[in-house]
Amino acid sequence: MTAGRSVPTFTASMLGSWMLFATVPFWIERVGLYQYLAVEILIFATYALAFNLVLGHAGLPSFGHGAFFGLGAYAFGLAQFNLIPNLWLCLAVATLAAAAGGAIVALFISHRRGIYYALMTIAFSQVFWFIAIKAHGITGGEDGLLKIARLPASFGVATFDLKDNVALFYFVLVVFMGVSLLLWRLVHSPFGRIVKAIKQNETRARFVGYDVWRYKAAILVISGGLSGLAGAMFAMAQTSAFPDVMSLHYSGYVVMMTLVGGGLVSFWGPVLGAVAFFLARDVIGALTIGWMLWFGLLFVVLVLFKPEGLAGMLSTLGTRERKAAPSPNPQPQAR
Amino acid sequence: MALFEASDLHLRFGDRVVLENVSLAFEAGRLSGIMGPNGAGKTTCFNVLTGRYKPDRGRVLLEGRDITGRPPQDIARLGVARSFQLMSLFDEFTVFENVAIALPATRRRGHDALGQAYADPALVSEAYAILDQVGLADHADDPAKSLSYGARRALEIGVALACRPKLLFLDEPTAGLGSDGRARLAQLVGKLKGALTIVIIEHDMEFLFSLADEISVIHWGQVIARGTPAELKTNAWVQASNLGRLN
Repeated sequence: MTAGRSVPTFTASMLGSWMLFATVPFWIERVGLYQYLAVEILIFATYALAFNLVLGHAGLPSFGHGAFFGLGAYAFGLAQFNLIPNLWLCLAVATLAAAAGGAIVALFISHRRGIYYALMTIAFSQVFWFIAIKAHGITGGEDGLLKIARLPASFGVATFDLKDNVALFYFVLVVFMGVSLLLWRLVHSPFGRIVKAIKQNETRARFVGYDVWRYKAAILVISGGLSGLAGAMFAMAQTSAFPDVMSLHYSGYVVMMTLVGGGLVSFWGPVLGAVAFFLARDVIGALTIGWMLWFGLLFVVLVLFKPEGLAGMLSTLGTRERKAAPSPNPQPQAR
Repeated sequence: MALFEASDLHLRFGDRVVLENVSLAFEAGRLSGIMGPNGAGKTTCFNVLTGRYKPDRGRVLLEGRDITGRPPQDIARLGVARSFQLMSLFDEFTVFENVAIALPATRRRGHDALGQAYADPALVSEAYAILDQVGLADHADDPAKSLSYGARRALEIGVALACRPKLLFLDEPTAGLGSDGRARLAQLVGKLKGALTIVIIEHDMEFLFSLADEISVIHWGQVIARGTPAELKTNAWVQASNLGRLN
């Protein structure tokens, strides 16, 4: 960051990615894929961005984020069945329920860091997963919550039906745009910079006057809430909610997406990772049922040889091209 | 009344006594030194005074207010800043941001999750004034990790100064510096002297004796001698223990 200069609210990569996503329904079927895949990608891109707030920006290794995603999914369904079938209210309930889950977990783990933090997140996610399976009367147990409706998006003057996958895609795109804009502003705000400082040096942050515990707790609550929002959209997309999404391996998926995409070095890395993950699932999955073996190998190779992930690779390519391109105003070479 | 007082501090790590009956007082506007051999308990003493460790017994008072066992962030907010023996910076940040993040103005906006972090011109000017003070204004946009060792030492002090402290603890600020670096640091600390209350742990006797108004000697977790540099030069124990070897 350049000293004293503001960070723009809208950037070229942000607007570019939004516009690119907006064109997807027009060509996705022509390349042999399907509209629902685009919905899944955007939901998990939203989820991965929210997750990366904790892993990439705060440096807190959470390996149990599936709990918040699942809490959002269940809360959306339960709010729809038991409160009122209104999209906005159900999304708000899902976000708040997952944020509350984040707050409960944060209460117990915010004084930890590193491996201890990671282990505690796994333990808590297992607790939530176990409750989801055992509380059959509320969650439907292993059968899950079925018949969750894709509620219409009502704006007072106009109502949009989201039953069609393309309509749902554009709804999810609007949410994705909102979440990515919110997170972009957040990571460049005073709060976000303090969190970044805590990631680098917790002790120093404490000795310059920051209550590290509160910041770590707050970041988990925000990330948990937004993961829950993604979970609610997933429940809409699937028209059901299952305990599977709260399991350890589902929590591992979002970690893989974030790291493969390059979430540790780039704000947009998790989005790239979500795209890569679902394309791998469908493209490699069409060839072999062991697609995860190949994606897992890609993950290992990237972590070993290019820990900056896909975003890091793209950034390196861009830098090389800029260096290779002749300068429009050649400067005398220093000898 | 002294600005900062510690009385009868005790601390044990398991069965090992690391501080015993340590009492220290630092007068406002003075530069106090703490010296002693390696493992004497000097840094542990700093850690107790700045809230990193809670003493088993004893009291720490800042302007008469009891701050014993308060967490570091509370003590920092009350006006006590410190540097570290092993450099402790925000390495991925620029030099500017290392200082800006420590300013009370940034801290006050810590709840702002949507605004611009460093758009306030007053905050930027304040950060640059501190960078100027420690001689790093020209490196404002450099990553902290790219600085030379001496510049990183200066930035350590810059970060502590950004907290706008009443009392500044410096833990072995000359550690690892060459003679030029030490001279520059002595000049910087000399400029700060009088404007701030400063306490320095230091092994470099020449550096400490040239700057300090008063020095306490800690050995085996106890204060074994205290006085002005002139008094300590003639102190029998200091001479015998070879701690006061001066030109």
